[in-house]
Amino acid sequence: MTAGRVDYASLSAGQQLAVKYFVVAMALFLAQMLFGLLAAWQFLDPEFLFGIVDFNVNRMVHINAMVVWLLYGFIGSIFWLVEDEAGVPLVGCKLANITFWVLTVAVAIVVVVYLVVQSGPGDKWTLWFINEGREYIEAPRWADIGIVLCMGAIFYNVAGTFVRGKWSGIAGVLVLDLIALAGLYFAGMFYTTNLPLDQYWWWWVIHLWVEATWEVMVGCIMAWGLMKTLATPRRIVTTWLYIEVALMFGSGILGLGHHYFWIGTPEYWLGVGGFFSALEPIPLVAMVVHAVYDAGRHSFRSNNHPALAWLIAHAFGNFLGAGVWGFMQTLPQINLYTHGTQWSSSHGHLAFFGAYVTIIVAFIYIAIQKLRGDVWMSADLRGGWRWKWSLALLHVGMVGMTIALLIAGYEQSFVERAVGGSTWAAYFEGQTQPWFVEAMWWRMGFGVLMTAGLVILLVDLLRIGADETRTSKSLDR
Amino acid sequence: MAEPSQDEDPSGREWWASEDFWRKCAIFVTAGMAFVLVVLTYHTHTVILAGAESGRVPAYSVINNRIGYEFNDDRNMMVPVIGPLAPLFGEALSEDEARALVDHGKLTVQARNCMNCHTLLGNGAYYAPDLTKAWLDPGWGNEEARELLMTLFLKDPVANARTYGTNRRMPNPELTDDEVRGVIAYLKWMSAIDTNGFPSGFTVLPQGTLSTGSES
Repeated sequence: MTAGRVDYASLSAGQQLAVKYFVVAMALFLAQMLFGLLAAWQFLDPEFLFGIVDFNVNRMVHINAMVVWLLYGFIGSIFWLVEDEAGVPLVGCKLANITFWVLTVAVAIVVVVYLVVQSGPGDKWTLWFINEGREYIEAPRWADIGIVLCMGAIFYNVAGTFVRGKWSGIAGVLVLDLIALAGLYFAGMFYTTNLPLDQYWWWWVIHLWVEATWEVMVGCIMAWGLMKTLATPRRIVTTWLYIEVALMFGSGILGLGHHYFWIGTPEYWLGVGGFFSALEPIPLVAMVVHAVYDAGRHSFRSNNHPALAWLIAHAFGNFLGAGVWGFMQTLPQINLYTHGTQWSSSHGHLAFFGAYVTIIVAFIYIAIQKLRGDVWMSADLRGGWRWKWSLALLHVGMVGMTIALLIAGYEQSFVERAVGGSTWAAYFEGQTQPWFVEAMWWRMGFGVLMTAGLVILLVDLLRIGADETRTSKSLDR
Repeated sequence: MAEPSQDEDPSGREWWASEDFWRKCAIFVTAGMAFVLVVLTYHTHTVILAGAESGRVPAYSVINNRIGYEFNDDRNMMVPVIGPLAPLFGEALSEDEARALVDHGKLTVQARNCMNCHTLLGNGAYYAPDLTKAWLDPGWGNEEARELLMTLFLKDPVANARTYGTNRRMPNPELTDDEVRGVIAYLKWMSAIDTNGFPSGFTVLPQGTLSTGSES
């Protein structure tokens, strides 16, 4: 095995599978960004692609590509670590490979139908075969069923491997979290005329995924990642993982209530949701403390600088994007005016990026180091400018976009909601205010900056370590 | 348990820093919160059924009545008010007929992916106005003109664009006549849902009295 050379054959079956998931994930990341740019441009020039690929189609592909690629990133990360953690080979390689291809072909069909067919007549047929029309989980019902079957196969592989090998704290949390994650998806697989009931269960999927089970999954991946990049003792990461689970589910499960303020649900949700969602930043603070403390304790000595940088970015991004930006508008007294404005998109952008994009990119860097024969990825790395520039551009772009959207959100809450009383005329008055329009231009500019960062990132993922022959230093503590 | 090495954190021996304590915490906290959520979900379910006694989500036949949205001093928030008979398209429907019409509207709104431009009860995308009180919006002029204007707009939103000085037009969703009626019924029913005062400070278009005469 030569350091620097791609050596796919030396990877275990689970790791080879992980590489496939990562490749699709990065392709979808690029698609997410491009459709985001199209949608952002339509804010500035509504005639752009009008009647051809309308805003709702671009926006749907933008957010669906994101959900799917983040899931691919998680699945890839799990397949990467499962054999190492369990100490035995994957139980069902063939099944795992078939699952990957079935899932990927299904995703491709769904996206093509979104773009080409777009919509259908107002009946159940459309919901089953074209588009379910519910934000984030638009995938038609046939695809829902396929996704559940694939998740079942993936679950069998992960849990089965731990059963055959050895269990650990990380394994236990991961398996239980996967059950919850897959089970919650069922809450989004039905139709009802009753809109409040529809949105009640819809939030079970969205919120209990991104503000509970996904965060715990990230906790598992982070725990394993810290052991690998910093050689943090297992006892420490496992204890922290339990603390995070307790705090995350302790606040996040009933924090669900912050989505039940205005959808027809009873008034007690104002209190329950306001209180518990205000606690949601606490586990995220714990995660920052954990990551930074561990990094500092090991004097930032790491055999994989890009991965460590992205792990630190994750800790802060999660806290700021999910924690602070969520907290800012989570109390009902404020949310009455910010609900459904650009505040939400400001929060959504920074939270998904800070909490999830960062950790998956970190993990891919861990994987690539192994793929290239444990190549040197520390100081004085040849071509090291690429990972630094991509990290900087992606972050500057994201933060700039978030601030621009926040300014637009402030303006919208004030002009449309507080002063205008939310009529359609007030909506459009808000949309045409100079602050709003300028913010949309800034958002566009920072979005382009981010895209440049992503292109450099993708090049770096293909090239990093290629010009090195040194092997990574070992992490004896 | 073996003596921890020098490198390990000595606090690891304290009960509050032990793996075992936090594992139990994680299990009990998660189970407890999940239990509370299930109980609240059960209760919420009974309260938000269409036509339930709580009145939060009206029966579908509410589309036979005039609907208002007024400030309620007791609750200190704006709440929907169900007024006297004012049937949609001049034709009073039974509960089943009304449900079927609203259902067709909701299916149409989902099938045409309206939620990725608009928000419904504040949820969705932010490229077009919120639809929660679309039925009551003063943009329709007055009660008499509303049904006709809504129908014309939904039939051809490009020709009958309502852009308020912007050039952000709604693309033509090519709705059938039945789908248009369904969507309007759905929006009328939606405007009667009690949303805890969201949106706040909304001005309702000019319409007739909300007094049903039967109330004291």
